[in-house]
Amino acid sequence: MTTSAIDFHANSAAALADPQIRANFRRAMDGLMAKRAALFADPAEWRALRALGTAVRARTLASLPELLERLEQRCRANGIAVHWAETTAEANAAVLSILRGHGATRVVKGKSMVSEEMHLNDFLESHGIESLESDLGEYIVQLDHEMPSHIIMPAIHKNGRQIARLFGEKIRGAKQTEDVDELTGIARGVLRRKFEEADAGVSGVNCAVAETGTLVLIENEGNGRMSTHVPPLHIALMGIEKVVERLEDVPPILALLCRSATGQTITTYTNLISGPRGRGERDGPREVHLVILDNGRSRIYLDPELRATLRCIRCGACMNHCPVYTRIGGHAYQTVYPGPIGKILTPQVEGVKARHELMHASSLCGACVEVCPVEIPITELLIRLRHEASHRDPGSTVLEAGQARNAWEDRTWALWRRCHASARAYRLLSRLLTRLGRLPVPRLGPLRAWTAARTAPRPASRSLHELARDRGVPDA
Amino acid sequence: MVPRRAYVLRLIRLRTAVYFYGTCLVDLFYPQAGMAGIELLRREGLEVVFPQGQTCCGQPAFNCGYPEEARAVVRAQLALFREPWPVVVPSGSCAAMMRRHYPELFAGEPELPAVEALAARVHELTEFLVGVLGVKLVDRGAPVRVTWHSSCHALRELGIREEPKTLLGQLANVELVPLARERECCGFGGTFAVRFPEISAAMVADKAADVEKAAAAGASELLAADCGCLLNIGGKLGKLGSAVRPRHIAEFLWERTAGGADR
Repeated sequence: MTTSAIDFHANSAAALADPQIRANFRRAMDGLMAKRAALFADPAEWRALRALGTAVRARTLASLPELLERLEQRCRANGIAVHWAETTAEANAAVLSILRGHGATRVVKGKSMVSEEMHLNDFLESHGIESLESDLGEYIVQLDHEMPSHIIMPAIHKNGRQIARLFGEKIRGAKQTEDVDELTGIARGVLRRKFEEADAGVSGVNCAVAETGTLVLIENEGNGRMSTHVPPLHIALMGIEKVVERLEDVPPILALLCRSATGQTITTYTNLISGPRGRGERDGPREVHLVILDNGRSRIYLDPELRATLRCIRCGACMNHCPVYTRIGGHAYQTVYPGPIGKILTPQVEGVKARHELMHASSLCGACVEVCPVEIPITELLIRLRHEASHRDPGSTVLEAGQARNAWEDRTWALWRRCHASARAYRLLSRLLTRLGRLPVPRLGPLRAWTAARTAPRPASRSLHELARDRGVPDA
Repeated sequence: MVPRRAYVLRLIRLRTAVYFYGTCLVDLFYPQAGMAGIELLRREGLEVVFPQGQTCCGQPAFNCGYPEEARAVVRAQLALFREPWPVVVPSGSCAAMMRRHYPELFAGEPELPAVEALAARVHELTEFLVGVLGVKLVDRGAPVRVTWHSSCHALRELGIREEPKTLLGQLANVELVPLARERECCGFGGTFAVRFPEISAAMVADKAADVEKAAAAGASELLAADCGCLLNIGGKLGKLGSAVRPRHIAEFLWERTAGGADR
């Protein structure tokens, strides 16, 4: 077992034992599910929009290399400098080099999951550059030195009272209040000053249009627009999969994203960034850079089935509907992307051995698949990755394929096979269980895990095979 | 998805026989539910064939990433279902395994055509009773209130939503008490329940609490169509000393309509 595997068990046990975490997540997820359901009330409209969104993402991925090349050309033509990064270390180095080139020491950040992959804040701080999150949720978790617990709502694990206490402790002169508007006002006061002082703004990208070289960024608070327009330098970060072909591809993606994520038909701000401040324009950054990060995505791309992982538009609906995520919260995963999408993405990026436990931490209930706006078959991919972890198939492109092989598990399934691939063996097993199953047995291993919360399963005294034969149900 | 009239007519020509695939959990833990399913089909004039060589649908190994082992188990049973009769399964999860996942499990294997033909004939029990047979049940039991848990795979892999409720709705003396979060997973998930016992326990504890709320509204039984869920929720209810009786819908339907318990 790896360290992370042990951590996941310990983390989830700790989260389950914390009534505050459970209450905060349950309440928040119930609210998000209800809001989303209200906007997809018409099943026919949902099916049509979903099919369109899935088609856009699938078509994009089918010609990903060409689209990325075109995006680079169009961006350059628009005056956006493009940087390619195969690893998060390369991406960090690219950002640092741009910032150093401008002598920048103060950065404000809009929300970006790619920057979380890069652990950009820590990296910049370690190089003497202040990096401040300006998305309210990200600002809250940064103040408390935490990771986001949700990809859309990073501070969803905290309630108003916890945030009030945090602001009271960490923000000098902050008024003691639990009022949401007043708390937001306090954060706004801090952030406004930072926007004005910042040497550079960093943001994510929701999608990048290859045909026009446009970076699309949606948000509700205005911090995204501030981060990308107020400082003289803007650095946008995106994963290679975020490209789309044409402007017409954007509306269905945004319609699905807003509805699925927060139950909104449209976000407050939709930013279309097509380059730096033009001649004669009075606002906007002097320079715009785009860092395009791979970080394991091209490896995922190699496998036609696993490639569906890259369709993801990062709406978070899978975690909002996940009964496991709702119980343990986002931090228990110790991954940048928690919940169902994290369970398929993280093992592919970090290795199926290192993140082996994550793929099994699912009851395969399929609630995530039901709501995924781009039809990622998450449960099927989980099963596939479980197989990849324990088997090394020829031609497999999965990182650490076969390296989580476990002799005990191999023997268990070999035994299971012997018992079920032969009618005679099964009859013997069934006899054993039905005749002796009610005898007290030591509660070890799986039975002990089961009976901690439940009564022991009691086999019937006669199997259905026997009942059917006795009642004259024909055999053939 | 559910075959219609033309298929029903073909059924009659095929001397109205169906295969019954009991599933390993029903076989060993809820055989009375399996017998009730068989009796419900027989009462509709069907000849029910129960191949004695059947074991398990292969789902446990398949879900854990051991498809070769699952294939071996399926292969050993293929010849048992050679006739072109429907295969009726009293479990949404196993029916979904057979209908949805067998073809992908055998992709590129020589048995694929046979497996595809089998998969296309697989029906979950309530879906078969309502969609193919169009049964009309007559209630012979005393007034009772029950609640219903939707099993994940029946719901999301087979699209079975209304069929069980249609059947319960035909029973004049049965009142359905809604279960809060009826469609939320109970936390069974096969090996998930023992690999992640704490998470599974938290899920089933919430489910049992919702069942107790339905009990407070008068429900005396929890019905479901999947024995994994019943084993899990029933085990939790037992641990809590709950008065609610967990039962497979087939057993309940047969008892209500045959005029007495049959076991």
